[in-house]
Amino acid sequence: MIRRLLGAIGLSVAVSHALAAEPLEIGVGYLRHAGVRSTLSLVMQPADNNGVAGALLAIEDNNTTGKFLNQHFTLNEVRLKNGDDVATAASSLAEHNGFIVADLPADELLRVADTLRDRGTVLFDAGSIDDRLREQDCRANVIHVAPTRSMLADALAQYLVWKQWKRWLLVVGSHDNDKLYADAFRRAATRFGAKIVQERTFEDTGGARRTDSGVTLIQRQMPVFTQQAPAYDVLVAADESEVFAPYLPYRTWDPRPVAGSAGLMPTSWDAAHDQWGAVQIQNRFVKLNSRHMTALDMQAWTAVRMVGEAASRTNTGDPKAVFDFLKRPDFSVAAFKGQRLTIRDWNLQLRQPILLSDGRMVVSVSPQEGFLHQVSELDTLGVDRPETKCKLK
Amino acid sequence: MWRGCLLSLTALWLAAAQPACAYTAYISNERGNTVTVIDTDKWAVIATIKVGQRPRGIEFTRDGKFVMVAVGDDDTIQVIDTKTRQIVDTLPSGPDPELFTQDAAGKILYVANENDNTVTIIDLEKRARIGDIQVGVEPEGMTISPDGKILINTSETTNMAHFIDTATRQVVASVLVDSRPRFAEFKHDGSELWVSSEIGGTVSIVDPVKHAVTGKVTFSIPGLRSEAIQPVGIGITKDDKTAFVALGPANRIAVVDTASHAVTKYLLVGQRVWHMAFTPDEKYLLVTNGVSNDVSVIDVAAQKVIKTIQVGELPWGVTISP
Repeated sequence: MIRRLLGAIGLSVAVSHALAAEPLEIGVGYLRHAGVRSTLSLVMQPADNNGVAGALLAIEDNNTTGKFLNQHFTLNEVRLKNGDDVATAASSLAEHNGFIVADLPADELLRVADTLRDRGTVLFDAGSIDDRLREQDCRANVIHVAPTRSMLADALAQYLVWKQWKRWLLVVGSHDNDKLYADAFRRAATRFGAKIVQERTFEDTGGARRTDSGVTLIQRQMPVFTQQAPAYDVLVAADESEVFAPYLPYRTWDPRPVAGSAGLMPTSWDAAHDQWGAVQIQNRFVKLNSRHMTALDMQAWTAVRMVGEAASRTNTGDPKAVFDFLKRPDFSVAAFKGQRLTIRDWNLQLRQPILLSDGRMVVSVSPQEGFLHQVSELDTLGVDRPETKCKLK
Repeated sequence: MWRGCLLSLTALWLAAAQPACAYTAYISNERGNTVTVIDTDKWAVIATIKVGQRPRGIEFTRDGKFVMVAVGDDDTIQVIDTKTRQIVDTLPSGPDPELFTQDAAGKILYVANENDNTVTIIDLEKRARIGDIQVGVEPEGMTISPDGKILINTSETTNMAHFIDTATRQVVASVLVDSRPRFAEFKHDGSELWVSSEIGGTVSIVDPVKHAVTGKVTFSIPGLRSEAIQPVGIGITKDDKTAFVALGPANRIAVVDTASHAVTKYLLVGQRVWHMAFTPDEKYLLVTNGVSNDVSVIDVAAQKVIKTIQVGELPWGVTISP
């Protein structure tokens, strides 16, 4: 199968200079689970095509460019249902797609990476922010487009420290992901000189997300939960599971801002971001999908654009040639973040500025001024080369 | 246009003994929704004109009677009468116009429409849209070859300079350049096309006959991270010997020797420097500093910044009376 695919690609490269010839076909797979989780805020509820809509826009953008190069891109989406085996689905997707964008939990992404290892398929991690995928569990066939938890936490921490809000009350959810996010905040506090004055855990005791008299109860719960805290400047919430954090703003016992999983949130993208030409992609996205663009949409867009960028410059759709090009030290991609995005060669993580959003406006963009680095200021966000546990194999 | 030419300048510029002529410079202020008018004799703001939403690309008409300014968020180009300094007309530009260029006769206007991947062609006399050309994603930079035969459009996400035959209005060639090409400028002898790549951090030198990149201008400023070097506006002197390149958030103008394509000097200007325009006598170069809300005046012969003038909020484009 691989040989047949490569053969076909080789053939189309040879004839691609004649414009009348068949275009070079480049398939990009998209692997995700069906269904989206329920959020506390109705307006934050992700759409059914969250992520894949961004990939589709990038396919359109690549095809506009492809018109001039005789290249044609297609997106092939697979939505896993309960009981579907992720490795089987990935293998079948890899038969016709040299590139797969994955929006999967860490363990499933690792299974897919190991399954496709000898096939030469290039994987793009668009959905998982787990640091371990870039550290002890890193894989040589996975490019991480999503930022890591530590990058997000560092981006927020730099701003809070710049703002002189250095005393944090850290409130952590009871799920594993919440604890990992809290770890990232503890690390960030140490790195940038903030102090966690106290930690509290908010237990998830279950219960419905929507009730008819919700506010009344929450208004009693949240002030009580946050009372008798030592003096602090900002409440930092680590609640990826979205159990309590969105309830905190305006309800803390002391009048303090909230950041982290609610209030001021670090993110790779926000529908309100309009600097550095971003209005153009926001407009294109809304026109195509009739909704706002999310962080996951942007991560998927960037992944597919990286394939398009490399294909246009190497004039090939061969996964190995594209992958080699992406790993070159001079590779960069433009993604409306005010500077070029490059890949960390030690773990294949995309360097990127992180937006700080209040859900309505972009408040700031990190790295903050004054956080210096000998290689790239973007490497002040997340785990840096000297600290990495990744050995790419 | 030449009034006051010889009188007042000697008083201002004791060292620069040669008196220059007074021109008027029009600056578009992207955030302020205004156009600032500067007298280049007094180096002073003499008027501020309210325009539409998000003014960016700005050009004098060839006869000097009007200034056209693209107001992207109003999806049009407004026409300012330079006598009354009032908006007297609009042009049907298509959605979100940003930069535009006109033919030598000043009859046809070509507009880059960022939002729908097209270049719109406008008949300036009839004020009518007479055609569209499909180009790459996010068209931006626009220029026309000295012989008028080739129109260049750069597309920011496609990363190409498109060569368009002005007679047939067809794309005849597309040349890949570095990331996010924003501005294109021909040498006056037509031998080279210069294309700035904002994210790529380079200026590509394109052979307009071979349609190939033949060289690149690269920039390096000690103490400044390379990501901050983001080339945007380009100005080339009439003798084709010296080019000036605005480097965005690097807050500098690079002076480039066009023969060797090497940078000979960096001039410190204001924050996030965007675009530039020479005075017609080429004594001065005005550059817009987007974040510091001012315009720097460069003495072209001395290659020195001699003056800074406060303008409106987030200045972007600049054009100077012929």
